[in-house]
Amino acid sequence: ALAAFAPVPLGADCGDAGDLIRAVPYYWSPAAAAAAKAGGVDAVLVSSATGMLGLPFLTRLPSFANTKVYVTELAARIGKLMMGELMEMHSEFVRYYGLDTDGSPKWMQGEKLHKLLSSLQNIVIEDEGMDLAPLMPLYSAPNLEECMRKTQTVKYGEEVCFNGMLMLKASSSGLELGNCVWSIKGPRANFSSLNVMDENNENLGENAMVCDDSLLRADGVDEDEYVQCLSKNDDIAEEIERISFICSCISDAIKSGGSVLIPIGRLGVILLILEHISETLLSSNMKVPIFMISDAAEKIISFTNAVPEWLCKPRQEKLFSREEEALFGHVELLKEGRLFLFPHLYSKGLLAAWKEPCIVFCLDWSLRHSTAVHLLRRWHADKRNLLVLEQGVDTELTLKPFTPAAIQVLECSFLSGIKVRKVNPLLAVLKPKLVLFPEELKSWCPSKEDAPWSYLYYSKGKTIEIPNIREDFVVGLPTDVAFGLQPRQLDKAIAIARLRAKLHLSKGQYVLVAPKDQSDESNRQLLHWGAVDAGRLLSALQEKGIECAFPADNDDGSAGCERSILITSPGEALVKMAPDRTVIYCDDESTTKQIYDALSSVCNGI
Amino acid sequence: MFDCGMHMGHHDHQRYPDFARILAATPGADFTSAISCVVITHFHLDHIGALPYFTEVCGYHGPIYMTYPTKALAPLMLEDYRKVMVDHRGEEEQYSYEDIQNCMKKVIPLDLKQTIQVDRELVIRAYYAGHVLGAAMIYAKVGDAALVYTGDYNMTPDRHLGAAQIDHLKLDLLITESTYAKTVRDSKHAREREFLKAVHKCVSGGGKVLIPAFALGRAQELCILLDDYWERMNLKIPIYFSAGLTIQANMYYKMLIGWTSQKIKDSYTVHNPFDFKHVCDFQRSFINDPGPCVLFATPGMISGGFSLEVFKRWAPSEKNLVTLPGYCVAGTIGHKLMSGKPTRIDLDKETHIDVRCQIHQLSFSPHTDSKGIMDLTEFLSPSHVILVHGEKPQMSFLKERIESELGMPCYYPANNETVSIPTTKNLKISATDKFIASCSTSQARDSTQKSNLICGNHLSGANGDEKLAEGILLMEKSKDAKILCEDELLQLLGAEGHSLQFEPLLHSRIGEAETDIVDDLASE
Repeated sequence: ALAAFAPVPLGADCGDAGDLIRAVPYYWSPAAAAAAKAGGVDAVLVSSATGMLGLPFLTRLPSFANTKVYVTELAARIGKLMMGELMEMHSEFVRYYGLDTDGSPKWMQGEKLHKLLSSLQNIVIEDEGMDLAPLMPLYSAPNLEECMRKTQTVKYGEEVCFNGMLMLKASSSGLELGNCVWSIKGPRANFSSLNVMDENNENLGENAMVCDDSLLRADGVDEDEYVQCLSKNDDIAEEIERISFICSCISDAIKSGGSVLIPIGRLGVILLILEHISETLLSSNMKVPIFMISDAAEKIISFTNAVPEWLCKPRQEKLFSREEEALFGHVELLKEGRLFLFPHLYSKGLLAAWKEPCIVFCLDWSLRHSTAVHLLRRWHADKRNLLVLEQGVDTELTLKPFTPAAIQVLECSFLSGIKVRKVNPLLAVLKPKLVLFPEELKSWCPSKEDAPWSYLYYSKGKTIEIPNIREDFVVGLPTDVAFGLQPRQLDKAIAIARLRAKLHLSKGQYVLVAPKDQSDESNRQLLHWGAVDAGRLLSALQEKGIECAFPADNDDGSAGCERSILITSPGEALVKMAPDRTVIYCDDESTTKQIYDALSSVCNGI
Repeated sequence: MFDCGMHMGHHDHQRYPDFARILAATPGADFTSAISCVVITHFHLDHIGALPYFTEVCGYHGPIYMTYPTKALAPLMLEDYRKVMVDHRGEEEQYSYEDIQNCMKKVIPLDLKQTIQVDRELVIRAYYAGHVLGAAMIYAKVGDAALVYTGDYNMTPDRHLGAAQIDHLKLDLLITESTYAKTVRDSKHAREREFLKAVHKCVSGGGKVLIPAFALGRAQELCILLDDYWERMNLKIPIYFSAGLTIQANMYYKMLIGWTSQKIKDSYTVHNPFDFKHVCDFQRSFINDPGPCVLFATPGMISGGFSLEVFKRWAPSEKNLVTLPGYCVAGTIGHKLMSGKPTRIDLDKETHIDVRCQIHQLSFSPHTDSKGIMDLTEFLSPSHVILVHGEKPQMSFLKERIESELGMPCYYPANNETVSIPTTKNLKISATDKFIASCSTSQARDSTQKSNLICGNHLSGANGDEKLAEGILLMEKSKDAKILCEDELLQLLGAEGHSLQFEPLLHSRIGEAETDIVDDLASE
């Protein structure tokens, strides 16, 4: 995902921010840079819509030509809309500054770069090095299309097979619309326990880590268990409390005559705030218009009412109960004319509907693009106005182009992973063999001494090797193949059988399939061991009615380790025996076979 | 248990499945313990009609699965039917409104392709079947034995639904519907035009058109068709929906638009095709109003209810038109109208209806035709096929085709008949790393796709000339069996290999053997 944006503001005279770079923005994507450096991967599993914003950076590279991307259907849809929106907003800069035609832009060589990097250092760059690789120009529409082409969408609970080898399955993470945790199953027994750990770790963000949201569906056996024993709704209650608090702040601002700007990229949060704020406004009898200004607004609003499969049970009940006409409150808001959707600030009809104070939602993460910039410039100096931001971005840096700013700023954090206190109870339910855990959270979540699982710690930019938990593979042996086996008892405890079959790999499982033409060689032994006792062979041959004898000159076996047997009838043959090998000299096939059979009966073989 | 439907032609105990047979098969068990789960493929009454009876009256409490749309829409169908039975026919109530509600609460909704582990052994998965909104084909796997039950399906997309879609699966058995086992249909477009022409001709002559339809499915498709036609031809004649039921259903269609065809999904942000411009509610008093109109009324096969009431009034006028679905169950009025051209229909001993109106049989049906059945069967290539949901003579015809053209054993058991299908079973045996690696290297050598077993492409087995895997199955007392390579076995046994050679016999050798053989062996 895009970790942050380079602070490149729009416009010339923005307060005292004179030393800001005025150019077409570049985007900071360390994950994409790291993956590019690694030189291509086989598959990318995406767990959220925001988690794919940086994906076109990767898929446009030649080394990623054969990479497959897996993402849930809904996350792909939202992600595509967000990326489209990002490109749309970005194109305003291109229209203003023009395209970078000749290589890297000027600011990337000049003195400004050092300033930029030093101010970025504390915020987004963890490493000491001044590596510019993560700073990238935005992808293009063809890049995005190519990315979507490489993307295979899945439903929750759908099993997809990667390369015949791995079975991938997405389950709801309960965090956002379409967000998921992946489980990976391979043919190696117990491999699936690995994915369970992935499940925990994928979600361990840096601060808040929770795993259920009143909006979304949670399913799958594992999750049902841990939802029951772990979530007890306290996380959801906290989240709803947080949303209520935001709504009370919004209504305070409105009461004082101020407007509210909510540039948040989380769809689930937007939908929840929309529902709550409309209730709050209604109960306090305030009538202010709510705008959603985004290129994707109309599409998002329309399809969120048609995705019952991706929602939590209480929401799904709205479909099944026959009492409500829609899954979300925004459908009614739209019908009642309290919510307005416009693709742009300059869209036709916006001015006619515009009335301040008002509440504006827009999809933006950095306050550097389009609607947010224009509205902030309009509203930043009035302390009655309110800006609702998601925690995580550096507020000072974010607001720098708009200083001096009097606008109130409300920073909120939302559910984004499992809470630390729930990690150990979760592991107790999942019972993994091995846990991969982020190094930086080691101190936050002390591993239990007596835990039956072991830990491996990982950190950004470092490769760790995961040991095989079990050496062997599991192979399916169909009963018809099993019945065709001819086991041979070696001693009381051990029996062995030669196996001839085709090995197929399909959907992560090896299966031995009986060959269509069973050859008549099925009796032949191919592996022999131990020494052959010449005396026993001689009597075995004689039992078969073969006329044979030791050659006259070494009849008592005293002549070293070599022994021979001469056969005169039914055909002529000679058998020579050494401790590690036996040679049968014979021209006649049936005689050879008889000798061979006799030999098999006295020699260990299979 | 796949589906839990009812027979629309019977009005006595025969309408429900003979549930007692479930218990007869497993003595001492109750319904809940006798079956793992119930899976309903779609909301038509012949697939779900007995479900409330089974859960609320017979007392089945195990899991019930159906898709999201089926769970949302089935109560409408069931309640509509219950009303027809009780209110119009005055029959004894088999289950109540509350029974339907309670029954539906127990239903676990399914998404397409969602893989559900029902119990330790049973896995089910739903695939898109077309037919009606939310219709699904069900893949079920118990251990290594796998089958697909198609329910009803359609292999060609219609106005609002897509065509059935399924993956390549390794199946022991395919159970497919065979409503049109012998019919091959011509282009859909021509059939639609024919229908529109008949309707237009009737209303322009001042007649009334009765379209008996089930609340959901056909009604929406025909409505999209008519609404579109009315718009294009600028017609002002009213199109009615009876009882507001279907209007309410349209609301669900809006929320479930993800289950319709790709074309609708692509366009609904601009215009939701279930917002009909020309359609309004029908009032009972309109029945005797003069002037042309089009009316959608339930139930579909004129087996009673409002469509029968309207039919009684409108059938005697030759200006009017009644459309019939492509398929009607024996015993319904729809069936009587289809078989020959009756001028008089006896409802019971006292009442009869003179039929002078025109009859138009809709030849487009949400069921696949025989070509579609053959296509699906060939695509899935199951080891065995069972035909259901059809009529005996046609099924026997199709059975012959499947057996001769596709070479698959095919059955069409009658009610109460049992068919046994052999299935595959795989023993799970661990194999050493080296064994797998040796198989894959020998295969990689021979195939153009390198090392496809370890990290390469999907191995389907279609590739006939794969090398045989050679290994040893080791069975030790009180240990799990294991597959390993030859040298691993020797190592395990602590033995040295003994090589065996075959050589041609040279007569001189016999003499040599009697003297000295060591030099000779060294020179081999």
